[in-house]
Amino acid sequence: MTAAGECAAPPRRAVKIRIQHLIKRFRSLTAIEDVSLDIEEGTFFAIVGPSGCGKTTLLRILGGLDEVTSGEVEIADPAPGRPKYSMVFQGDSIFPWMTVWDNAAYGLRMRKAPREQVTEAVTRYLERTGLTRFAHHYPHQLSGGMRQRVSIARAFANDPEVLLMDEPFSALDEQNRTILQQELLRIWELDKKTVVFITHSVDEAVTLADKIMVMTASPGRAKTVIDVALERPRNVLELRNDPRYGQIVYAIWGHLKDEVERARA
Amino acid sequence: MSASDLAEVAESSARTAAKTPAIDIGEEARLAARRRDRILSIASPLGLLVAWEVAAQTGLIDVRFFPAPSAIIGKLVEMAQSGELIDNVLISLERIVLGFLLGGVPAILIGIAMGIWRPVRAIVDPLIVATYPIPKSSLLPLILLIFGLGEMSKIVMVAIGVFYPMAINATAGVLQINRIYLDVGKSFKASPWDTFRTIALPGALPFIMTGVKLGAGLALILIALAEMVGAKSGIGYMIWSAWETFAVAKMYVGLFVIALIGFAFSLLLNEIERRVIRWKADA
Repeated sequence: MTAAGECAAPPRRAVKIRIQHLIKRFRSLTAIEDVSLDIEEGTFFAIVGPSGCGKTTLLRILGGLDEVTSGEVEIADPAPGRPKYSMVFQGDSIFPWMTVWDNAAYGLRMRKAPREQVTEAVTRYLERTGLTRFAHHYPHQLSGGMRQRVSIARAFANDPEVLLMDEPFSALDEQNRTILQQELLRIWELDKKTVVFITHSVDEAVTLADKIMVMTASPGRAKTVIDVALERPRNVLELRNDPRYGQIVYAIWGHLKDEVERARA
Repeated sequence: MSASDLAEVAESSARTAAKTPAIDIGEEARLAARRRDRILSIASPLGLLVAWEVAAQTGLIDVRFFPAPSAIIGKLVEMAQSGELIDNVLISLERIVLGFLLGGVPAILIGIAMGIWRPVRAIVDPLIVATYPIPKSSLLPLILLIFGLGEMSKIVMVAIGVFYPMAINATAGVLQINRIYLDVGKSFKASPWDTFRTIALPGALPFIMTGVKLGAGLALILIALAEMVGAKSGIGYMIWSAWETFAVAKMYVGLFVIALIGFAFSLLLNEIERRVIRWKADA
């Protein structure tokens, strides 16, 4: 376990997502104030911040669900035949009227992928999320954790270059959250897509991410970006016993504390 | 503890949860209650029929207005054998089905479009609100004027009747769809047609089925009425011509058959509903 080896200047990777002077206003309320950010390809990038800091808005802008007020948001063009991004939503977002299989196939079908590709990708990701046995179940027959696995399978099966995840585990209980974090890491390790992961949990951010942006509250600004120099593959439980984990969590709380207090004032 | 251990823990706790039995005593009592309810609900109409028969036989009621059930059944059998009944029922059913298609298909398309796109709602909604309160039956003279005494006027009456409940319910059905599903569609780049097909239609289907059921009831009312006035066939015509010839038993046969058709519709629609929204937890 030599942290030093990991920290030694990693090879410079291509910038996948570039945000420049992003400003988002809702009428008179400024949700995001001048955020600039580069995210390199293959980075697991987490954004933490107090509620109301505009982190979800930032992700929705990246995902084309909201417009910028000014500034630029750019995701590098994907390889031909692949989508730029897929999104995993907060809370229940899988269609209750579709089976697990049809839900997982949704992205591929919407972009008219050939039938063999749909079958192959859905089979693979249901397998990886442990849902194979439930392929023909409807969501109401599954637990909350299972449903969120379907949502993850749907995003991964679409084979995007960037995954946008908006507090995907926040509605789950602690135990399920830990399990899904581990599963997400396991699936992510296989092809290391670029991930932007929104969370309000500092622990979750440190557990999963390579880099963490701490945002300030109303208006949302980028306070700092922290490198998480913990080697991979990671074990979600072992990690908590690692002194460096505690140090990073502590450091982030240091940045957040002022913000949380300022937001309450 | 590794990830697979964790997964196992979660799974075994899920299994225990699934195995927890329902309270047995409650189940038993519920079954008994259901059996009793079924017997009672068969017994009550039968009881009424027996009482009616006895009253008619003993002269307690005027058989010119209330012929004995046995006489009505005799008439029914006679009319069934002559083919008169079947022919009239079939022609009425045909008109209802065609009217349902003519009114229902645009109702679903327009209703869902209103639910998805605000401008469509802004344009169409006032038209529906303004015309909805008009009793559909009062439109019959106008419909007869426009479409004549042929088949089309009957079909159009049914179509107008089913259009409103189905369109209104389809819109309401789309509006109650959780916004997140539309975001999902947008985020996965669903085309307008795919949004309609994969999100709005299935999401609104429970409401649309309610509209279909309401429409079926209205269709029966309107077809009977339209056939009384402007037709030479159908159940409505059959009842009306029975009145003209004072064939009271025949009139009752017509009423009985309409009730039967209404009952068959609701059975059929409940079955269709059960199949098309089997994804619902309580369906």
